[in-house]
Amino acid sequence: MSDVMERPVTATANATPLVRLRDLSVRFVSRDATMHAVNGVDLDLAAGEVLCILGESGSGKSVTLRALMKLLPKSACVTGGIEVAGRDVQAMNERQLQDFRGSDVAMIFQEPMTALDPVFTIGQQIAETVVRHECVSRAAGMARALELLELVQIPSAKRRLAAYPHELSGGLRQRAMIAVALACKPKLLLADEPTTALDATVQIQVLLLLRKLQEQLGMGVIFVTHDLGVAGEIADRVAVMYAGRVVEEGPVGAMMRGPLHPYPRGLLGATVHGGMRGQRLTTIPGAPPSLEALPTACSFAPRCAEAEPACLAGVPEPRSPVPGRSARCIKVAAG
Amino acid sequence: MSASPSTHTALDRGGPAQPLLLLSGLKKHFPIRGGLFGATVATVRAVDGVSFAVRKGETLGIVGESGCGKSTTARLLMRLMEPDAGSMVFDGEGVGQNAQTGGITLKEYRRQVQMVFQDSYASLNPRLPIEETIAFAPKVHGISASEARGRAHEILAAVGLAPASFARRYPHELSGGQRQRVNIARALALRPRLILLDEPVSALDKSVEAQVLNLLVDLKEKFGLTYVFISHDLNVVQYISDRVLVMYLGQVVEQGPVEAIYDRPAHPYTRALLASRPSMDPGMRRTEPPLTGDPPNPINPPSGCRFRTRCPFAEGVCAEREPVHSALGGGHEAACHMAEPGSGHSQTGRLAA
Ligand SMILES: Nc1ncnc2c1ncn2[C@@H]1O[C@H](COP(=O)(O)OP(=O)(O)OP(=O)(O)O)[C@@H](O)[C@H]1O
Ligand SMILES: Nc1ncnc2c1ncn2[C@@H]1O[C@H](COP(=O)(O)OP(=O)(O)O)[C@@H](O)[C@H]1O
Ligand code: SF4
Ligand code: SF4
Ligand SMILES: [Mg+2]
Ligand SMILES: [Mg+2]
Repeated sequence: MSDVMERPVTATANATPLVRLRDLSVRFVSRDATMHAVNGVDLDLAAGEVLCILGESGSGKSVTLRALMKLLPKSACVTGGIEVAGRDVQAMNERQLQDFRGSDVAMIFQEPMTALDPVFTIGQQIAETVVRHECVSRAAGMARALELLELVQIPSAKRRLAAYPHELSGGLRQRAMIAVALACKPKLLLADEPTTALDATVQIQVLLLLRKLQEQLGMGVIFVTHDLGVAGEIADRVAVMYAGRVVEEGPVGAMMRGPLHPYPRGLLGATVHGGMRGQRLTTIPGAPPSLEALPTACSFAPRCAEAEPACLAGVPEPRSPVPGRSARCIKVAAG
Repeated sequence: MSASPSTHTALDRGGPAQPLLLLSGLKKHFPIRGGLFGATVATVRAVDGVSFAVRKGETLGIVGESGCGKSTTARLLMRLMEPDAGSMVFDGEGVGQNAQTGGITLKEYRRQVQMVFQDSYASLNPRLPIEETIAFAPKVHGISASEARGRAHEILAAVGLAPASFARRYPHELSGGQRQRVNIARALALRPRLILLDEPVSALDKSVEAQVLNLLVDLKEKFGLTYVFISHDLNVVQYISDRVLVMYLGQVVEQGPVEAIYDRPAHPYTRALLASRPSMDPGMRRTEPPLTGDPPNPINPPSGCRFRTRCPFAEGVCAEREPVHSALGGGHEAACHMAEPGSGHSQTGRLAA
C-alpha cells in the first residue's frame, strides 16, 4: 500500500472549490409522513478532483447528487448552500438551469436509457446538445459527436453515430451516455452508480475510461457507489454517508487502511474479499434507521458496538484528528 | 453436523460417493420468431451442452457474466422448464421418471430441491403474512395446518426472525435482508436436500449481505444441506464455495476446487474475470482493462472456442475446433486448447504443468 497514487489535496485555503455544499438538508414531505433524506451535509470538491460518496441504500447519496443539479421533485424541501463553479444553484431560474446543466455540470446514471432518448440516434443526441449549448452549426455538432464517440473508445465510431440506443450492447450504451454527458465539456461530472449494472469485465473498462477522461479533461467528479472496490479504483477522496449525513471523509487510501468511524469500519469488515474463506464474517447488526424522524443523536448508535450514553446526547459534530480527515463520532480525537 | 431428526427426513439413497445431482449435456435453446408467419429467424443458445456434478454436502459456485446462461441453468436444474436435451440424475435416480423405471418423480424432486431468488420482494405473496407463505408448501404436500404453522415458526427462528414479532408481518413490513431471510425460510420448509441460490445477496447492502452469508453457512451445517450458489460477485463465490464452475456463452469453460480456480486459473476467460475485480487498495490500481468489449450474444456464438473473439491467445485452431475439457489434476478442468496437449495451439503445455 502506498500513498503515491493519492494525489495531494488540491484545494488550498484561498482557491474557490468547484463544489461547495453547506448544511444541505433535503426533506420529502407528503400528507402522511416526512422523510429526512439528507440532514446537514457539508462537502467541498476541488477542480479536477474525484470524490466518491459511499453508503448503503437509502443513505442519501442520490438525493445529495440530484440536489447539486437542482433535479429533485417539487415535493422535496431543500435548504442550505449549494454552490457549483461559484454559482448559487438554489437561486437559478429555469433558463439559467438549462444553461448550467450540460455546460457546467452533467450527470450519468446506472441505467443509460434514463439519459438517452430511444427515438434519436446517438449522433443526433450529442449533436443536438452541442448545437444548443454552443450555438454551432449542425455539421459542427456532428463532427464533435464523432470526436466524442472516439474519445469514449466506441469501436467503429463513425458507424455508431447512426445507431439507436437499443442497438448497442450494455457497455457501449454506457459509453454513449458518457459521450452525451461530456458533449459540452462540463467542469463537474456527477455519476450515480454508472457501473453497478455492468458485468465485471465491462465495469473495469468503464471505470478506467472514466478515470482517464477525468484526468484528460481536468473534470471534477462526484461518483456515488456502494462498492468499496469501485471507490478504491477511482476516488481521490471518499465521503461515507449514513442516514443522510456524512459520517466520515478523507483520502481514499487512509480510509481503506484505517477508517475512523465505527460505521465504515464495520462496512469494511463486512465486505467479502479474497482470503476470507472459512472465517465468520463480521456483521453490523440490525438495519439503518427509518428517516421519518430527524435524528437527535448519533444515528449509528443502535448498531454500534462502541455506543455509550454520551452518544445519545446529541448529533456528534465532525472531529478532525488529522488534517484532511474527519468523522462524526465522539470517540474520535478532536485533533 | 448434527441434523436434528425432526428437521431432516430426506433419505440418503446413493451413499456419500454418489453425487447428489448429476447433469449431463443439458441444452436449452430459445427460438426467436419474426416475420409475417412467426417463423424462427434465430436461436438463442442459452445453455448449450452443460455437464456438471453437485456433490453431497458441498457448495458449488457458478460464476459468469450476464447472459452466459446461469439463470437458465438454474431454471433447468429446478425443472421450471424442460431441457431440449440432456439428463438429470438425483442421488442415483433419473429425474422425471417413475419408481418402476428406477427414477424420481418430478413432484418428489421438487420437494427435495428448492430455490431462492435475487428479488426478495417479487418472490413473496404481498397479501399473506409470512408464516402463511412459509407454511403454504408443506400444507400442499399434505401436512396439517397446525403442524405446518409450527414448522414455520421453528424455521423463522432458525433464520433469525423471532416468530413472536415477525410471524404475522407482511412482506412490505420487512427490510430487504429480512425478506431474503423469509425466502430462505420458505425454501427450507419442505426440508429439501439441495438449495439453489440465484444471486441471493446481490440486492442486499454489504452490512446485510454479511449477515445473510453467515446465516447460509449456519443453516447448511444445521440441516446438512447442499448448495448451488449462483452469483456474479467473485468475492462472495470465493468465500462460500467448495468448488466453482465458470460459464461463458452457454457453456462451462472451467471448473474445479475453489483454491485451484482462484489461485491457478487456467482458462484465459477465468483469468480475465478474476483480474477485472476492482481493488479496494488505491495503490493497486490498474491502467489497462484485462479484456476489451462486451460478452457477445448467444444467438450466433463464434465457431470453435466461443471466447476466441475476446481472447488474447486466440490462434487458428481456436476458430476451427471446439476445445475439449482437459483435466488439470484434482478435479480441475478447463476447456481451452492451451490446456490440451497436442491440440495444435502454440502455447500448449504451458498450462498443463
Ligand atoms: N422523491 C422522493 N420522495 C420521497 N422520498 C424519497 C424520494 N427520493 C428519495 N427519497 C428517500 O430519501 C432517502 C435517500 O434516498 P437516496 O435515493 O438518496 O438513497 P441512496 O443513498 O442513493 O440509495 P441507493 O443506494 O439505494 O441508491 C431514502 O429513504 C428514499 O426513500
Ligand atoms: N425465455 C427466453 N426467451 C429467449 N431468450 C432467453 C430466455 N431466457 C433467457 N434467454 C436468453 O438466454 C441467455 C442466457 O440467459 P440467462 O440464463 O438468464 O443468463 P444469466 O442468468 O447468466 O445472466 C441470454 O441471452 C438471455 O437473453
Ligand atoms: S458516536 Fe458513539 S454510537 Fe456513534 S459511532 Fe461513535 S461510538 Fe458509535
Ligand atoms: S481455446 Fe483458444 S481462444 Fe479459446 S480460450 Fe483457449 S486460447 Fe483462447
Ligand atoms: Mg441511489
Ligand atoms: Mg441471471
